[in-house]
Amino acid sequence: MSNSPIETDVVIIGAGPCGLFAVFELGLLDIRCHLIDILDRPGGQCAELYPEKPIYDIPAYPIISGQELTDALMEQIKPFDPQFHFNQRVDEIEKLEDGRFHLKTDDNQEFICKNVVIAAGGGSFTPKRPPLPGIEEYENGSVHYSVRRMSDFEGKDLLIVGGGDSALDWTLNLTPIANSVTLVHRRDKFRAATDSVNKMLALREEGKINFHLGQMTEIHGENGEMTGVTIKGSEEEVLVKCNRLLPFFGLTMKLGPVANWGLNLHENLISVDTEKFETSAEGIFAIGDINHYPGKLKLILSGFHEAALMAQKVNAYINPDKKVVFQYTTSSSSLQKKLGVK
Amino acid sequence: MPKITFIEHNGTSHEVEGEAGMTVMEVARKNDIPGIEAECGGACSCATCHVYVDEGWLPKTGASEEMEEDMLDFAFDVRANSRLSCQIKVTDELDGLVVHTPEKQF
Ligand SMILES: Cc1cc2nc3c(=O)[nH]c(=O)nc-3n(C[C@H](O)[C@H](O)[C@H](O)COP(=O)(O)OP(=O)(O)OC[C@H]3O[C@@H](n4cnc5c(N)ncnc54)[C@H](O)[C@@H]3O)c2cc1C
Ligand code: FES
Repeated sequence: MSNSPIETDVVIIGAGPCGLFAVFELGLLDIRCHLIDILDRPGGQCAELYPEKPIYDIPAYPIISGQELTDALMEQIKPFDPQFHFNQRVDEIEKLEDGRFHLKTDDNQEFICKNVVIAAGGGSFTPKRPPLPGIEEYENGSVHYSVRRMSDFEGKDLLIVGGGDSALDWTLNLTPIANSVTLVHRRDKFRAATDSVNKMLALREEGKINFHLGQMTEIHGENGEMTGVTIKGSEEEVLVKCNRLLPFFGLTMKLGPVANWGLNLHENLISVDTEKFETSAEGIFAIGDINHYPGKLKLILSGFHEAALMAQKVNAYINPDKKVVFQYTTSSSSLQKKLGVK
Repeated sequence: MPKITFIEHNGTSHEVEGEAGMTVMEVARKNDIPGIEAECGGACSCATCHVYVDEGWLPKTGASEEMEEDMLDFAFDVRANSRLSCQIKVTDELDGLVVHTPEKQF
């Protein structure tokens, strides 16, 4: 499916803290943004890796958790009405003849914008691949790290591995349509929501799903078609017959498509200048953990500063004739109007 | 200073000096021990600092807490002596500690 391209001033790739704050700085200059993130919610590392852990070095917040920081940023940028596109990865950036940029996601959504801000952090979050020999061979059909279409699993023999919400939610949702479902987890304790755990236990009780305590050690199959997986328990090994495997071992950050955009890189980070945080491609900026310059610190604080300076240059591109007047949010009535506080 | 020995999957052994107060993961990183990735820098959020504590040392290192146990779900080939090395604090008591690094972090 292909949607018609979305036209906007700026597309921000990555909705981590730095991408979010960029909306604020650009918004003060009347520049509107669309944000794209592979995750299903804003916050980047703060929301995905450490929502409940404290951060102690955000200026003026002696302590704030990853999720609280994300929520506060979302509140702060609300007046600028940012448009979010989640569960999508930006795969391509191309410069058009008129100087604008064309972006395309893995969901075939296209964007046309005047400037691009890459706030891709440590790269796109990607599911962890179990280090089982030969697993790659089965990734074209038998092994799935997420469920995009439930119909792919209809009438199949599923092996679901993990003890968190994804593993249990899909066990519950796919059991009615699959031919058989086997759940495997290394211990008899589940991190998932209590309600899902209880529902899963009920299915187990009724004999609607099989459960094995153990870990995967080997995949069996031929020509890319999986036939089974060996599960090693504390005492014995069993061969579970299955033709679809869904392993849920969390996410890790992989640079991903950023490496293919033709930008100058420094050890997998995008090189930028420290005046405008512009990349080697005019009109494309990089802020936050993804960029590199002498003295770079991968701190949220630094990313916020980078967002402010980047916004000035983007403004010069988008509004070349507008006179830039430096203003404080405290005292400028026009800024306050934009923020909706006046 | 407490000494710690890291034994790689292939048998290569590294004896290094730790410092009370550091974590075993930090000692590994400081000494460039292969096989400890520690992507999250010690926040118990990535499980790429997974190690096997040498059986004899288990009583001294103690068991993992619930948060660490949950995170171990994301490690590969978890065993009874699995720990996340960022959650083991080095103390003088642990002088001589031996840990094994896994064949692969996830
Ligand atoms: C455990 C832990 C503790 C930390 N503690 C602190 C601390 O105390 N203080 C501090 O300042 N910093 C801390 N950090 C670092 C801080 O979280 C990062 O500096 C910050 O998250 C960087 O923000 P960002 O917006 O640049 O990128 P990220 O937060 O990494 O967000 C980038 C987003 O871009 C998305 N993305 C990437 N590529 C694509 C693509 N092609 N298409 C679509 N989406 C894409 C990713 O999915 C991700 O959601 C900590 C980090 C961790 C892991
Ligand atoms: S370093 Fe990430 S969990 Fe230990």
